[in-house]
Amino acid sequence: MKEIKRVCVVGAGAIGSLLVGHIGALPGITMTVLTRRESHAKDLNEQGLKVSGKSNLHANVIASTNPEDLGDVDLVILATKTTAVDASMQRLEGHFPTATIMMIQNGLGCENVVRRYGSWPIIAGLTFMSGVRQSDAHVEYELDMPTWIGPWDKEAHSPGYSFIKQVEALINKSGLISKAYEDLRPVQWSKLIFNSAVNAIGAVTDLPHVPCFADTNELSDLGHLVRNMMAEGVSIAKAQGIELSSDPWEMNCKAVTQGGSHGGEEYAHITSMLSDVRHKSYTEVDWITGSIVRAALEVGVPAPYHETLYRLVKGIEKSWSQKQPADH
Amino acid sequence: MKVCIIGCGAIGSLFAAHLGKLDDVEVWAYDPYQAHVDAINENGLRLTGKTDLVSKINARSNAQDIPPCDFGIIAAKTLHTQSAMETVAHIFKDGAVCSVQNGVGSEEIIAEYVPRVIQGTTFPAGHITGPGVCNHDTIGVTTIGPFAAKPASQEESDRLAQALTRGGMETTSLADPRGPMWTKVIFNCASNGVGSLTRLPHGIACDQVRSVMSAVAQEGIAVAKALGITLEKNPEDMIDYGREVAYRHKPSMLQDVEAQRPTEVDSLNGGLADIGDKMGIPCPLNRAVALMIKGVEHSWTL
Repeated sequence: MKEIKRVCVVGAGAIGSLLVGHIGALPGITMTVLTRRESHAKDLNEQGLKVSGKSNLHANVIASTNPEDLGDVDLVILATKTTAVDASMQRLEGHFPTATIMMIQNGLGCENVVRRYGSWPIIAGLTFMSGVRQSDAHVEYELDMPTWIGPWDKEAHSPGYSFIKQVEALINKSGLISKAYEDLRPVQWSKLIFNSAVNAIGAVTDLPHVPCFADTNELSDLGHLVRNMMAEGVSIAKAQGIELSSDPWEMNCKAVTQGGSHGGEEYAHITSMLSDVRHKSYTEVDWITGSIVRAALEVGVPAPYHETLYRLVKGIEKSWSQKQPADH
Repeated sequence: MKVCIIGCGAIGSLFAAHLGKLDDVEVWAYDPYQAHVDAINENGLRLTGKTDLVSKINARSNAQDIPPCDFGIIAAKTLHTQSAMETVAHIFKDGAVCSVQNGVGSEEIIAEYVPRVIQGTTFPAGHITGPGVCNHDTIGVTTIGPFAAKPASQEESDRLAQALTRGGMETTSLADPRGPMWTKVIFNCASNGVGSLTRLPHGIACDQVRSVMSAVAQEGIAVAKALGITLEKNPEDMIDYGREVAYRHKPSMLQDVEAQRPTEVDSLNGGLADIGDKMGIPCPLNRAVALMIKGVEHSWTL
């Protein structure tokens, strides 16, 4: 089997930078980075990438805005946001013919976009780690949480589980945390259903993930909606033949009572969708809540909560272009 | 006859100023906003916009200064119904109080405090532009009638409607006013509820999230049917009509959300879902909208 020697990370935001800094610091690995900005590539070529926080590392890298400059690679890690996958793949089309592409986007379904641009074997993945980009050449590693990978379920043509295990070993050796699954869907869908409700309801209500997401004492408590929406997601997963690894409602209650890895009563995680809404930037709702709506359609299961929340978030996105003053 | 307006905000001011034109009606108004009350007593209550008039009425911020009245018209926001009725109950020991508030559930509260209740629904709109001044934004009809659980007489309801119509606020008195009332409640649940969550004016919400508005409205239509109410119009047609005539109108609850004021959602989507629960007609989307607007209100406290 092919040994992984050359890696390309596409999109060096916080997650991409963490992967570049860790895997790129391993001996015997050539790390390349495909960036969008020339200045980003220049900074990386001149300074390499520094990791602080939970790790202290420095990686030398080859960066460019043009995949032609990076040479062939064995593994591409696509680390852009879901909303940038299509644009990134337009640039990758026809390049890296012998590579396997590993995905790490939120939600579900970006693999279909990748497939439209080429026939690379695809590894599906999701990550719980987080970091903060201090500059183009410096990332701080905050949450040392795992990245889960496995075969893309819609694909007969998989890279083979032994290759996926090799990617898992590579990530673990670099100081990040990874776990490979022969069937990723149980963990993927557990997180998807959790994220769909917490992100969409948070985006519509302007609420971070605070304890009221788990309150069901009063009839007017928000937890009722969270629980109903998650139950709907569970029924769709079941109809899709997926057995969940965790109960999303329990994940929700645990996160707000134990505070995830932040701890305590101050836990008020600002979800990515809420952050996007607050910055008036397009959300990932198509790939999170929208992907559950599409999965429900496939199996003919009604999804009124997901459909409503999906449309409400899309409606909020439309409100940003309404500049004219309203009548009274 | 003596009429006391309870809550002299935009809607209350429209009723008060029009009734104040009549020689045979003595108009009182109770409102806690002192500057508004003082301006009304000094300069009269002024309407601008669709109506241009100054009306001499008696405004008070202390309800103890108001004499017994034959009628009350409560136009307070629904979340103040209980406290307002507690304050003014003594004025209506032998009077009838008519609600022209949004949503459902107010009449039941009013009935705890006064001997006779009239329920109503009103379409005019306005907004207070300063102390003592209200802009009349939209002309519209009002429909009233005895509240079945603790009714005023039909004669009383007719008399109030005639006075309002003579004053320039076109009002119809029916034996059962629930048809027009529920038509508006269902329309409001769709327009206000969905508009408040998406922050979209009515017409743009129709363009972007009409299927959600319809799903919310359909739950209400099912509840009205279970209650044996014949709707005056199809709320779906009202939603379309609203798109034509009020494309950029921001529903009142959206205005509340933008100003971070407590909303009337408990009387709209929440009230509808409560009645649905009692009738065995589940309203999951109205409940979802109500819970999320409560969530929005909670977000202001963080």
